Amino acid sequence: MAADDRFTEDFRDAREEEVIGTISEVVTGPVADWATDFSHLEPEWSADPYPIQDDLRQRCPIAHTERFGGAWLPTRYEDVSSIAYDTERFSSRSIILSNFRPPRELAPIGGSPPISSDPPFHHDARKLLLPAFTKAEIAKQEPATRAFCHSLIDAFDGQGVVDAAGDYAQHIPMRVIADMLGFPPEDGPRFRVFVEDLLEGINLPPDERIERVSRLFEYLLVQVHDHIDHPREDLTSYLINAELYGHKLAPDHVVGTMALLLIAGIDTSWSAIGASLWHLAKHPADRRRLVAEPGLLPTAIEEFLRAYAPVTMARLVKEDMHWHGVDMKADDWILLSFPAANRDPAQFIHRCVGSHLARLELRVALEAWLARIPEFTLADPAAVTWSAGQIRGPRSLPLRIR
Amino acid sequence: MKIQIGAERCQGHGRCYDRAPDLFGADDEGYGMVLGDGVVPPGKERDARLAAANCPERAIDVLEEG
Repeated sequence: MAADDRFTEDFRDAREEEVIGTISEVVTGPVADWATDFSHLEPEWSADPYPIQDDLRQRCPIAHTERFGGAWLPTRYEDVSSIAYDTERFSSRSIILSNFRPPRELAPIGGSPPISSDPPFHHDARKLLLPAFTKAEIAKQEPATRAFCHSLIDAFDGQGVVDAAGDYAQHIPMRVIADMLGFPPEDGPRFRVFVEDLLEGINLPPDERIERVSRLFEYLLVQVHDHIDHPREDLTSYLINAELYGHKLAPDHVVGTMALLLIAGIDTSWSAIGASLWHLAKHPADRRRLVAEPGLLPTAIEEFLRAYAPVTMARLVKEDMHWHGVDMKADDWILLSFPAANRDPAQFIHRCVGSHLARLELRVALEAWLARIPEFTLADPAAVTWSAGQIRGPRSLPLRIR
Repeated sequence: MKIQIGAERCQGHGRCYDRAPDLFGADDEGYGMVLGDGVVPPGKERDARLAAANCPERAIDVLEEG
């Protein structure tokens, strides 16, 4: 068998030359008017976006901003859902809104397939991942996840106040996805930096953003080479060996999918676990009911996922057009806020490949917590902080647990 | 009562085989499948309607006659 020479230095050089996109001026500062100058990086949006979205839905259902080189924010369910399904007019080639637009040539694969892919490639790249993420396959993660949750609670050892976001929620998906990808479990702190760089660093000067993103890809390449030298039964080896249309995957595709699984595998569940514990700390009646009747947990989880849907996606407009009353220009961003769409099942549009994994992590994390810590309250409501940007969840959540 | 899944609509959310595991299963890619011939056994009508109501894609048809 010939050596796998896809992941060489040449590949990285070629990659850097290809990345010629459009860089926009960085605009920061307080929002003047959410209808004409919105920014999902502002602290008031992070703390509580729902009143802002409700107001916009009434008076300006497709809001605009000149920030990020121009972006639109639809808040009506019909508009969000039309755009999510309309792959003719809207491209997924970058799903994180920032001051850098990748070139059109990046479509249909995008930087992190399949989430960044346009059809028909999207369907085929997604299909590759499905067998690894079925409910039955994901159920194999349950015993280790449960043991890990209990070990995190063991480590609280006598403390009266713990940070449920930093000391509990974040570690659970980090450990699970590290196991599934075959990355060193002790690299969790690096994963947190990667997540924050990618999702919250969207207003950094472009050079610095590119530098930080390339740190993630350098890390992933190290893991790829380790797996080429020492193949094993995990998602990284699976992707290295996977074939599409009769060929092994392009190196960009392998590494881009690894980036997606790592980042999306962490931030979403971290946010959902934290938001659920935040809700239960604030609503003692709900908490007591779940402690008394753990069988209600699966239903409660569906409600948490609806009420605190953590994910907002982005799209890029393909061509200039008049759309639902506004004039969109080619390469304008669309911030596709599923939570804004009336906290509607719209978050399920194009099912997340990792939905069974997310539900398992959320269920096991809450089961373990409620069994061990049935009584808890917010230690200091003012000290709760929320992530900025497209994925929303508590990043500091001090809970009094005894 | 009979149940069927519109395969072109199913996205594999798996709400049906979560909510009504006696009536629905998953294929190798996680898409929903009707178990058996789709005839709902007596006493399972409520589970069938619950699964249909919880499908985010409205992909499950419940045929009351049949």
